[in-house]
Amino acid sequence: MATVALRRISKSYSGRQVLASLDLDLTSGELVCLLGPSGCGKTTLLRIIAGFIRPDSGTVVVAGKDVTALPPAARQMGMVFQSYSLFPNMTALDNVRFGPRVAGVGKEQQVSRARELLALVGLTEHGEKFPHQLSGGQQQRVALARALAVQPQMLLLDEPLSALDAQVRAQLREEIRRIQRATGITTVLVTHDQEEALSMSDRVAVMNEGRLLQVATPAAIYREPADPFVARFIGAGAVLPGTIEKGAVRVAHVAMLARAASDHAEGCAVDLYIRPEHVRLESMNGHIPPGSVAAEVNETTFFGSLTRVKLTLQDMPDGHGLWADLPSEQADRFKPGSRVLASWDEAAPRVMPRN
Amino acid sequence: MRPLIAWLSIGAFVAVATAFLVAPTLMLAIQSIYGDDGLTLEYILSMGEYRYRVAFENSLLLSLGSATVGVVAGGLIAHAVLKPSAPRWLRSVVTSFSAVAANFAGVPLAFAFISTLGSLGLLTQWLKGLGFDIYAAGFSLYSISGLTLTYSYFQIPLMLIIITPAIEALRPSWREAAENLGASGGQYWRMIGLPVLMPSLLSGWILLFGSAFSAYATAYALTSGNIGLVTTEISNVLSGNVMASPQTGAALSVGMIVVMVGVLALSSVLARRAARWMPQR
Repeated sequence: MATVALRRISKSYSGRQVLASLDLDLTSGELVCLLGPSGCGKTTLLRIIAGFIRPDSGTVVVAGKDVTALPPAARQMGMVFQSYSLFPNMTALDNVRFGPRVAGVGKEQQVSRARELLALVGLTEHGEKFPHQLSGGQQQRVALARALAVQPQMLLLDEPLSALDAQVRAQLREEIRRIQRATGITTVLVTHDQEEALSMSDRVAVMNEGRLLQVATPAAIYREPADPFVARFIGAGAVLPGTIEKGAVRVAHVAMLARAASDHAEGCAVDLYIRPEHVRLESMNGHIPPGSVAAEVNETTFFGSLTRVKLTLQDMPDGHGLWADLPSEQADRFKPGSRVLASWDEAAPRVMPRN
Repeated sequence: MRPLIAWLSIGAFVAVATAFLVAPTLMLAIQSIYGDDGLTLEYILSMGEYRYRVAFENSLLLSLGSATVGVVAGGLIAHAVLKPSAPRWLRSVVTSFSAVAANFAGVPLAFAFISTLGSLGLLTQWLKGLGFDIYAAGFSLYSISGLTLTYSYFQIPLMLIIITPAIEALRPSWREAAENLGASGGQYWRMIGLPVLMPSLLSGWILLFGSAFSAYATAYALTSGNIGLVTTEISNVLSGNVMASPQTGAALSVGMIVVMVGVLALSSVLARRAARWMPQR
């Protein structure tokens, strides 16, 4: 399968830059997810790879061949669209064999290949149905089989799960990953759903305002965000503005423990990022030990096995708060209004210079 | 209360349809087989006479021709105007013009064409000045081809209005998906675009056929009845232009109804086949 290299890709619309000199490399057989908020340029980048949009500058190189000037039909890429986009006048089987059919493959071969792929996506029994007779999840499976039928050197998935309900989405996520691994096709997935990106990808490319901010494994993106936007966009967590003081981060007049503070100069203005799973809580018993901060439980949100506790930090300006994710059975004792002590491991928080 | 209102509305519709569609049709049917001496097939059999046969042939030819020209040209123009690359102003100009032109028929339309393409028409004379005599080349506005051209003036805009929603409903991502799978523009239209549009094209064609088949004023004003059409023949026998024979007029009308029912039946079979992929209501 193909390696892909995007070099200095730029694109503007009416003077507004949508992509700014962007570089990205994909190794063969890898699934890379373009993740970012709406309007960050991720779909534009995907459509440039597919050949539907010509970049203002830059090149798209697939398997060592510059395909920038080639039309979509000549790129040998399979694409799955957000709205399925199955041809409504064709059965599922005819949709899947459309690619081989226009390529002039013999009818018997077209049909047997289409049947194989329908079996791969678990739709053997549904080949003769028209799109309107299939559920959203089944339609998206047919779309995936159709994209694979042309034996693409690359698979492009444009928010393929966004129109589906949560249960089907979770199921299809696993299926797409299984099929991608089984076929070994280099794949680009566009999504704004971080859970989808983190659970499906080999690497995640986080984008904002037409720039690639970080490209790394899902674990690295989550644990070691390299950019303030990435730290805020991925996962939940508190962001507390402070200054570096004696190896800690001083927020208002409270010194917050953070080993990463030592990476910054004394007096430097920074943001402290604390994830909810790193915060421990205990009931207040009169005094505040070093390494803990006093807080008041604001509200609790039940998520099943976990409960998220929202805290207001004491003696601090409004808006300075923390979240703590606790096993639900432990969280029961922290009622709204109760006073607690919050603490965390010194190594857990991220500290980044304030923009 | 609601069912009562619904039944009253349906009742009113049935009453109107009976009074103005079913009853006149039955009366025509009865009149066509009822002469001065009682029941007779004389008027029905007279449809085989040369002049009436020619009238039916001319009406069919004119309706088939102008409906087909309307569907093809109207469809192509609508496609060109609705293309994403087409300027927005062009779309509103063409849509507004179509709304007017689709209703511009009868004597004013005939006069407009005589002034433009008649033997002494503006365009005819201008082309003659350039050395191209269209009448010498075989064209005549007062022929079936001239009538087809004149009818196209309202048939094309009518089709454009009818087909616009269907073309707008073609999703751009179908085209992109086809392209991504290696299809050319021609393959997309042959295998996806046209089959998806086919039910609307067939419905449009039927409407255009019906509108041309029943048109009278334009043809009469243009040809003064020199080209026999079923509608002008009905006028002749009812007004006593040749000889008054309301029964013959009724028989001709029944013939028109039979033709329309036949065309509708055929098109409904074709439309059902073309729409077999659509959700059944």
